[in-house]
Amino acid sequence: MSEIILEARHINKCFHDPVTVQVLRDITFTVDKGEFVSVIGKSGCGKSTLLYILSTMDTDYEGELLIDKELMTNKREIELARIRNEKIGFVFQFHYLLNEFTVLQNVMLPGLKLKKLPQEEVEHRAMERLKMLGIDHLASKIAYKISGGEKQRVAIARALINDPHIVMGDEPTGNLDIRNSEMVFDIFKELAEVHNQTLLIVTHDQSFAERTQRIIEMEDGRIISG
Amino acid sequence: MNFRLIVHIARTLLLARVGQTLVAAIGVTFSIAMFITLLSFMTGLNDMLDSLILNRTPHVRLYNEIKPSENQPVNMAPEFKDSYNFIYSVKASTSRQEIYNSGPIMQAVKTDDRVLGVAPKIMAQVFFNEGTLDITGSIHGIDVEAESNLFFFQDYVTTGKAMDAKNVANSIILGKGLADILLAEVGDVVQVTTAQGERFPLKVVGFFQSGIQEIDRVQSYASIGTVQKLLGKSNSYITDIQVKLKDVNMAPAVAKEYAQLFQIDAEDIQTANSQFETGSNIRTLISYSVGITLLVVAGFGIYNILNMMIYEKMDSIAILKATGFSGRDVNRIFLVIALSIGFFGGMTGLLVGFIFSSIIDQIPFNTDALPTVKTYPINYSAAFYFIGSTFSLVTTYLAGFFPARKASKVDPVEIIRGK
Ligand SMILES: Nc1ncnc2c1ncn2[C@@H]1O[C@H](COP(=O)(O)OP(=O)(O)OP(=O)(O)O)[C@@H](O)[C@H]1O
Ligand SMILES: [Mg+2]
Repeated sequence: MSEIILEARHINKCFHDPVTVQVLRDITFTVDKGEFVSVIGKSGCGKSTLLYILSTMDTDYEGELLIDKELMTNKREIELARIRNEKIGFVFQFHYLLNEFTVLQNVMLPGLKLKKLPQEEVEHRAMERLKMLGIDHLASKIAYKISGGEKQRVAIARALINDPHIVMGDEPTGNLDIRNSEMVFDIFKELAEVHNQTLLIVTHDQSFAERTQRIIEMEDGRIISG
Repeated sequence: MNFRLIVHIARTLLLARVGQTLVAAIGVTFSIAMFITLLSFMTGLNDMLDSLILNRTPHVRLYNEIKPSENQPVNMAPEFKDSYNFIYSVKASTSRQEIYNSGPIMQAVKTDDRVLGVAPKIMAQVFFNEGTLDITGSIHGIDVEAESNLFFFQDYVTTGKAMDAKNVANSIILGKGLADILLAEVGDVVQVTTAQGERFPLKVVGFFQSGIQEIDRVQSYASIGTVQKLLGKSNSYITDIQVKLKDVNMAPAVAKEYAQLFQIDAEDIQTANSQFETGSNIRTLISYSVGITLLVVAGFGIYNILNMMIYEKMDSIAILKATGFSGRDVNRIFLVIALSIGFFGGMTGLLVGFIFSSIIDQIPFNTDALPTVKTYPINYSAAFYFIGSTFSLVTTYLAGFFPARKASKVDPVEIIRGK
């Protein structure tokens, strides 16, 4: 029996603007340690909404969420921030980097925030991750001066800096060309297979999903398979 | 506490927007500089105007007022003790202005811990004779050294030397206005007639200018000995004892105490010159209002710039929050930004204010009325710098408070979804 990293129990979510619409209905599933899971479904079926809840950024839902067997629901904002910092790595579709900082600083920030390791050690680990993703030569560049594919790899490096329990991605390849998408997929695959990293990736890309270990398919706010 | 990290992030965000940061900081710099300059200058003027009178006014003046005795003999007589006595046409008797026992009183006052110094004085009303003209005036018999030490007498002697009043026998220092009327030059001899009708020649050894023309037209100074001789009095004759205290605010209390202790009239500086205080207070009030208004305006500038910055940095805020920074961290980042604008803007402002004040201090300002003043007066009190820097921090904190709170409440989901 493998270890459960993430568990959703009967999660419901409604938007009330302008009329009440139920976007998620009774979402219940678990993700085990080391699993590489993809979430697919038609546009508007609630994938992003679910991911924001799972990542603890959205707290306005019904049901229960457990990360690392710890109940997230009804925790205070400051505690959730700490859990996001320590246990969750997030990769967005649009490569969100802090444009005022260098690539290396972007990767280091969550590590410095966690404050478990001294600065030199955080820097060393950031360089390690940049090297692993083949972008260590960009370390001292300002973040907005690199290409889209490079930015996405920096974002992945940032997501990995604190050795998170789970990496979540909302269409991380959605904005990339085929070559870069392939590269990002290969990185995820390597993370999963070599480093036993748990991954939960929302995607539109059917071929991407097919090559992951498990596919969760959503329709109209429900999980219909996986 | 992640304070170093927060400062690091705040600094990076600030430096990425050097232009905006500078505009905000210059606003603070300008207002603090104006605040400092204005207050230094205004207070300098205040001090100067005050010193015209207050520097030369004793904090407590002991004297004998000529007035009818409050205890008429009939009231003291035991047989009329129980009756109500109507006394008509009461007059002051034995008009003795002299302070009785002046020597022991001065000794006693001098040993008082609260007292900085004591100077005796004689006031004599005289006529200056110029041809057929008799001009009324007064001669103050002073202890030149004590008067110089305590009341800056030598500063107001613009021609000749103050000490000559003591060193040259039968000498006088005339008010400049009086000298002009008498057409007297230094070295001339003027004729003086006392109230008793005696005539004396006195040698002019200098002129003084008090800055108040009315005084300069009637007043003159001579040594105590000279005036005693003039009045035909013994060398213990003194009409006033002028007391200067270490703390001027003690004056009313001390005056009351001395009046009791020495059975004498005592007037404190606050009572004698209440109108001056009002004037200074109003000028100070105006300076502070203008300074604080400037700061508030600068505060709104910072508020606007921070608000703008937060709109621009929405994405960055969302990323920070998504990667584990709490609302409190974000709040602190923006407060640090606001406060560092306030701190550096304020520091520069203090410096610029100091430079402005020093420049004003160099500008020549010559007026006959103020012989001791050569340039515009400036008060370099550290208090203004302290208030200025405190206020710059307080206003920028307040200006940063709401934008920072707004930033801390940014919902990362909304931003990320909105892309
Ligand atoms: N803030 C909001 N207020 C009201 N309705 C919303 C809000 N955000 C999303 N929705 C609705 O919720 C539903 C699910 O949205 P969500 O973004 O989760 O879909 P998705 O599966 O990620 O779609 P896509 O594949 O296009 O990204 C949509 O119908 C959307 O219109
Ligand atoms: Mg989506």
